[in-house]
Amino acid sequence: MDLSINGKLYQVEDSPNRTLLWVLRDELGLTGTKFGCGVGICGSCTIQIDGVATRSCLTMLSQVEGKQIRTLEGLATENPDGSLQLHPVQEAFIELQVHQCGYCMSGQIMQAAALLDENPAPSEEEIIAGMDRNLCRCGAYPRIRKAVARAAEIAAGG
Amino acid sequence: MNLTLTINGIDYPIQCSPSDTLLATLRRLGFYSIKFGDEQGLSGSDTVIFDGKPVNAGLMLAAQAEGHKIATLEALGEHPEQGWRKTDGLHPLQRAFVETGAIQCGYCTPAQILAAKALLDKNPHPTEAEVREALSGVLCRCTGYVKPVEAVMRVANQSSVISNQLSMDKSLITDPLITDNYKTVGKPEKKVDAVKLAQGKPAFAADFEKRDLLHAKVLRSPHAHALIKRIDASKARALPGVAAVLTWQDIPRVVYSTAGQSDPIPGPLDTFSLDYKVRFVGDRVAFVAAETPEIAEKALGLIEVEYEALPAILDMRQALDNPVLIHDEPEYVNFAGSHPQKNLAAEIRIDIGDVEKGFAEADEIFEGEYEVPKVQQAHIEPHVVVTYWDEDDRLVIRTSTQVPFHVRRMMAPVLGLPVKRIRVIKPRIGGGFGGKQEVLMEDVAAHLTIATKRPVIYEYSRDEEFIAARSRHPMRVRMKTGVKRDGTITANEMVALSDTGAYGCHALTVTGNTGHKSMALYVGDGEYRKSPNIRFYADVVYTNTPPAGAFRGYGVPQGYWPLDRHLEKIARALNLDPIEFRLKNTIHAGEYHPFSTAWNEGREPRPEIIHTVGLEQCVAQGRAAIGWDSKFGNPDWHVGAGSSRPYRKGIGVALVMQGTAIPYLDMGGASIKMNDDGSFNLLVGATDLGTGSDTVLAQMAAEVLGVPVDDIITYSSDTDFTPFDVGAYASSTTYISGTAAVNAAKIVAEKIQKRAALMLGSNIEYSSIRLFDKAAHAPDGRSVPFTEIALDSLHRQKQEQIMGVASYVSPSSPPPFAAQFAEVTVDTETGQVTVDKLVMAVDSGIIINPQTASGQIEGGMTQALGYAVCEEMTYDEKGAGRERDFERYHIFRADEMPGLETIFVETFEPSHPFGVKAVAEIPMDGVAPAVGNAVLDALGVNVDSIPLTPEKVWKALKGSGK
Repeated sequence: MDLSINGKLYQVEDSPNRTLLWVLRDELGLTGTKFGCGVGICGSCTIQIDGVATRSCLTMLSQVEGKQIRTLEGLATENPDGSLQLHPVQEAFIELQVHQCGYCMSGQIMQAAALLDENPAPSEEEIIAGMDRNLCRCGAYPRIRKAVARAAEIAAGG
Repeated sequence: MNLTLTINGIDYPIQCSPSDTLLATLRRLGFYSIKFGDEQGLSGSDTVIFDGKPVNAGLMLAAQAEGHKIATLEALGEHPEQGWRKTDGLHPLQRAFVETGAIQCGYCTPAQILAAKALLDKNPHPTEAEVREALSGVLCRCTGYVKPVEAVMRVANQSSVISNQLSMDKSLITDPLITDNYKTVGKPEKKVDAVKLAQGKPAFAADFEKRDLLHAKVLRSPHAHALIKRIDASKARALPGVAAVLTWQDIPRVVYSTAGQSDPIPGPLDTFSLDYKVRFVGDRVAFVAAETPEIAEKALGLIEVEYEALPAILDMRQALDNPVLIHDEPEYVNFAGSHPQKNLAAEIRIDIGDVEKGFAEADEIFEGEYEVPKVQQAHIEPHVVVTYWDEDDRLVIRTSTQVPFHVRRMMAPVLGLPVKRIRVIKPRIGGGFGGKQEVLMEDVAAHLTIATKRPVIYEYSRDEEFIAARSRHPMRVRMKTGVKRDGTITANEMVALSDTGAYGCHALTVTGNTGHKSMALYVGDGEYRKSPNIRFYADVVYTNTPPAGAFRGYGVPQGYWPLDRHLEKIARALNLDPIEFRLKNTIHAGEYHPFSTAWNEGREPRPEIIHTVGLEQCVAQGRAAIGWDSKFGNPDWHVGAGSSRPYRKGIGVALVMQGTAIPYLDMGGASIKMNDDGSFNLLVGATDLGTGSDTVLAQMAAEVLGVPVDDIITYSSDTDFTPFDVGAYASSTTYISGTAAVNAAKIVAEKIQKRAALMLGSNIEYSSIRLFDKAAHAPDGRSVPFTEIALDSLHRQKQEQIMGVASYVSPSSPPPFAAQFAEVTVDTETGQVTVDKLVMAVDSGIIINPQTASGQIEGGMTQALGYAVCEEMTYDEKGAGRERDFERYHIFRADEMPGLETIFVETFEPSHPFGVKAVAEIPMDGVAPAVGNAVLDALGVNVDSIPLTPEKVWKALKGSGK
């Protein structure tokens, strides 16, 4: 099966019923995506499929063939000079020091990036609504909210 | 293709390509005990047991192995202690290898053990000759085979007694009380890394798994001297599976030196990772990284290169002032006397005393010219490096090096990274002998990791080891010596022409040593002794041949072949006893090292007095061991008996000295911390490359701390968490890094004493507490075990981490001394020289571990034996190397060895806490001249160039009319 991940084509020989999360992590070594609960509740495994934030622990391989998968590894882009250009959400998360343990951050960032793609200038309520299904046990929620707002500012050139 | 391999009794279904070798397949499955040594199977380090017989896994396809039984070392035995699970422990052969000190670097150990097992399974009680034959298919460059053969014999004979070819003379210890009370110093402790090496654990640089690992290959120049007019890598880049191709156009142009030395590098900067000019056959042209080694190899063939061939200089005698310039690049940085417009990498002019006056006062002047060849270190583990970005975007370089800290410092500017973003890890090393005192190929993998963001492994082929690694500088040396009729040397002159090859790495320092550590031995006698007249001049020239570099002995063997052969001729011409003549003129304790007043590798000279010289005792013990007095000058003995062929026997001697570290420069650091159970971590930057330094450093720390070596966990070396050390070279580790370990242990010992005083109560003066038997003992008889001290200090009261960090740099470099004896048989019809016995009596100060130290002497003598009789690297008229594998370049096998005997004459060197001097390099120095002198003794003719091949000896015999 051909998978398009972060703009790159991967050939995977695996059962179509295999969970995308484990294919990403174990077969392809893309360990940026994390296992948290395995039942789609915590959001640690959030990735984007065709731009939509999706729980990879509930996604079967058969569901993603021909679709564009994006993981945290593919969020940053490369400048023409080869240097790395972080995504505004990544920049904002670093600037506001959102991370504590950092385990859920991959999912938080992918969720936030999808949110901003859909709604470049979300209100606080919209941020809360957009992010409230991604759990953080370190309790970084206030900073996550501020960082998403800040990311919107950065994306808008601020 | 799919197939099933039966390995150690278990079926492994695998997928592989039809062209995969069994070696590659087994290693991919995690059987890392099987090692790559060479492509031809001549090293034998790829041995597996195949249906009961040892075979080369590198010469078989995996597909050929289906349906057969494969056995590897992994199945042989386990560490005896595995937590709650009891094991049968190591196999008797593994145990014997550990206990006899048969393991130095351990790279060939799995193959040796398997070869021995195959023998014993068939023939449980073999003779020594049968054991040597069984081991003859596995080359070992470290041990000289003495101890591996002992290990196998020990199992074969079920005997617990090790045949002891090692004698120790303690008569020279200044105070016997000092060492008699030692618990671990001076004892043949087992090497701390021996058990894992006897099990073939994945301890080496290439025994390492990394996802998405790319394989690197290097396109090498077919021309000795050429400009790259055009290079087009587009076809190679387009090949599926190729991740990157780098040419000189793709990477920054940074001039550097590959010589792994302290800052500033004492030599010219004349090297680039990739350049638009190639300077020897084998020089780098392009780097490739690909998914498999095969794809990388294929990509090399797709790189289009247009060369403009330039005239090449292949003979060192034509280099100076030749219109052909090897280094005309504007970036060249001079050091001291380097002069690229003259093809001169270094120039040395040392005058001590008044040499011309000395010559004028001589009764006779003797002149001669001598030649020494280029030879290869030939460590069985090739150069190998793995590089990758870690999760902090720091570049990790896991490399087989003797100089991890120099790699980090020197690679930083070449890669465009600050030092802080590079981490160098030195795992176990499969022998180095100086070849890995070179930042030789870390940049290849690192550039490719930077280009691809992926992990890259680059492992030299054996061919590359011969054409693109380093070697011993070949030299032509003229001697001129003034002598009084009574044998007093009045003046001694050595003029060397040294060939550094295409780059000037180690050019100055190696060649400086050639004079510094040979000519210093003979100061003359009487008034000449007070003010010796010594001259050493050298020109180190560039040629279009592979660069020379560091090789055990570091220039000194090149000095002793001419010097000692010359003295032998003088003794015979003047009818003097060769030993008395030498001893009359050798340096004495209390005298200045003559060179220390005149030269210091381009830095300010610092006069230095030599405190201990055990030469006379070395001579006395050595001549007794080889039976000198009944053989030398005895015409009957010289006639080879028991054969119809015209054999002649001969006996020879050479006296030598070396140095111990570079004074005021070589620095070692150590840190020691106490753990909850009273054990200690000893972290050292010192680089054990098979020498046993981790063990002797642990012994010295253990002695100070009063614990067994078992309680010291030694780790070397990782630039992220061990202290700095210059690395393993210049015979410095036991002396320099050892003192650092002792100093760190003393800091820890004092903290333990204070903690014990605190625990014992008020009236105890901490300095009165003594540490032994894993406890602190107060004068009143009370004691506290280290387990309690550890728990008290970490958990119970006034908590602190008991820890110490120390470093050491020495103001002196006390020379070890040795008397080397050789006995030979020469076939006068063919000129074949067979060395029958080598005896070396060594004053290396106090011996910390007689087992590892004698292993150094045995292995060093064996390498030196190759230098004497068979090893040589030569080049054809186009500059291509002729010796490119172990077929053409012969190193001694187990069944070809002469008897080796080591004698330690112990002096107590006052500048070291345990009285040690160096041991590792001096065995390289005396074998060649002792053998040359023995050939002279046998035949009455001189051969002035080594190796003493049958052809040269035969020609000399014919020329002499004998």
